[in-house]
Amino acid sequence: MRNDTQEHQQVSRAAGRGVGLRLRALSKSFSGRTVLHDIDLDIEPGEFVAIVGRSGCGKSTLLRLVAQLDGASGGEVVYEHEGSGEPEIRIMFQDARLLPWKRVQANVALGLPKQAAPQALNALRQVGLGQRAGEWPAVLSGGQRQRVALARALVHDPQLLLLDEPLGALDALTRIEMQALIESLWRERGFTALLVTHDVQEAIALADRVLLIEDGHVALDQRIDLARPRSRGQAQFASLEEAILARVLRHPGSEAATEPSEDFFTPRGVHQVQWAV
Amino acid sequence: MTSVSNPVLASTAPQEQARPKAAAKAPRKPRGAWVGWLLPVLLLVWWEIAAQAGWLSSRILPEPFAVLKAAWNLSASGELWRHLAVSSGRAASGFAVGAGLGLILGLLSGSLRSAELLLDTTLQMVRNIPALALIPLVILWFGIDETAKLFLVSVGVFFPVYLNTFHGIRSVDQGLIEMAKSYGLSGWPLYRDVILPGALPSILVGLRFALGLVWVLLIVAETISAQAGIGYMTMNAREFLQTDVVLVGILLYALLGKLADTAARALERFFLRWHPGYQ
Repeated sequence: MRNDTQEHQQVSRAAGRGVGLRLRALSKSFSGRTVLHDIDLDIEPGEFVAIVGRSGCGKSTLLRLVAQLDGASGGEVVYEHEGSGEPEIRIMFQDARLLPWKRVQANVALGLPKQAAPQALNALRQVGLGQRAGEWPAVLSGGQRQRVALARALVHDPQLLLLDEPLGALDALTRIEMQALIESLWRERGFTALLVTHDVQEAIALADRVLLIEDGHVALDQRIDLARPRSRGQAQFASLEEAILARVLRHPGSEAATEPSEDFFTPRGVHQVQWAV
Repeated sequence: MTSVSNPVLASTAPQEQARPKAAAKAPRKPRGAWVGWLLPVLLLVWWEIAAQAGWLSSRILPEPFAVLKAAWNLSASGELWRHLAVSSGRAASGFAVGAGLGLILGLLSGSLRSAELLLDTTLQMVRNIPALALIPLVILWFGIDETAKLFLVSVGVFFPVYLNTFHGIRSVDQGLIEMAKSYGLSGWPLYRDVILPGALPSILVGLRFALGLVWVLLIVAETISAQAGIGYMTMNAREFLQTDVVLVGILLYALLGKLADTAARALERFFLRWHPGYQ
């Protein structure tokens, strides 16, 4: 399994797509309140890293610093990539942030030269929305809008894709679908991915490494060496989820331990009730 | 026709509920337009009956048929068209100047902090003066010729457009601007693709409001002093107790106001076709 990830990283390095990140003593404070304290972190090119933590812990702030949307109060982010110039960084937000007055394809082509329309259509096909290219964003469902946003990010062929809880507002089924889509595109393209999420299961399903941010520090750096694609039913998956969740909640583990099995049996329970009624 | 029918349908929904039988017979789309005219037609019928029965003196309110005849005579002699052209010209030029300035200054102070600091306080003070309160001053400045009327209409139209444009620019979703910037948009492309379209719904509200206001201001401006125009025609007819001509003038204003509103709606439907409210 470890070989698998290493192999993958080598492939992406060869392709030169992924960008490596070196965070050095990175801090951020808002009007005197320090949100991030001296964060030191190395992310390898092509790596998929998930950041979890309670709301308000500073995980989104970290992502915004890496995205250069906000400036740091101290320290620096170094981008290591082959080729010259600025690395291609794209970010996906929790809300799709599509321009409602542009049709789907024009939204994907935002920031591209005019002749790039076929590229935009291609990216839309990759996320399974080639048919909807001529529609207004308003008629799409939440999941479809996020797929358009994903296509918009991918059409730039990013070296670093930042995901700021992009699936947080979606229903459970659409979420699993989107996770699979993001994973397959990441494996295909080999970009570096940084995912902020509050869903520990999502973090384990997608990431090579799960980081927990607490009180502005990296409190946990857990490598996930499960084979891809990952099945949520695996015992290893469940025990990792339990361990990380317990760490996030700082609970002894008794409550968290029952959660996976409950999840597993819920559909049957509901079904039985329906049948009885 | 079809483009007009939707809002009409919405505004007359209670009437439809009250008359389910008649509504059910007619096909869906014409029904809305038809019901919208029901009340005016009923009023006309009642008016005609009242006039015929002698309940209304013809000096107070001549019968609809007489009004129609007056309108016919006026248009046959070409007098009506001359007044209409003059009034429309005044409305159009006043609107162009006022709305144009409002749009430009609204965009300017909405987009640039320095322009807002410079302009907004002054404009907010001037805004609270009713345009019609300026009439004595306007007459002193410009006399009673065309400039005075143009000035009055322009001033009145300026503020709704300015305020709504300013508000529209300011209330563009910051998330969208941030997103566009992270996709490399800045300067004019950012303005054209994100800020301007985002402000457009609000700008159009201002334009629509201004279009309604144009006629109100014009009526007053034309009744002060004029040698032509619908207002002049109406005031002139009052001197000769031609109530039917007065009514023609009043009805013309109603019709022109409706026309302006329809034009504003068409603009909205075209520019906001992406908006779920207009689909």
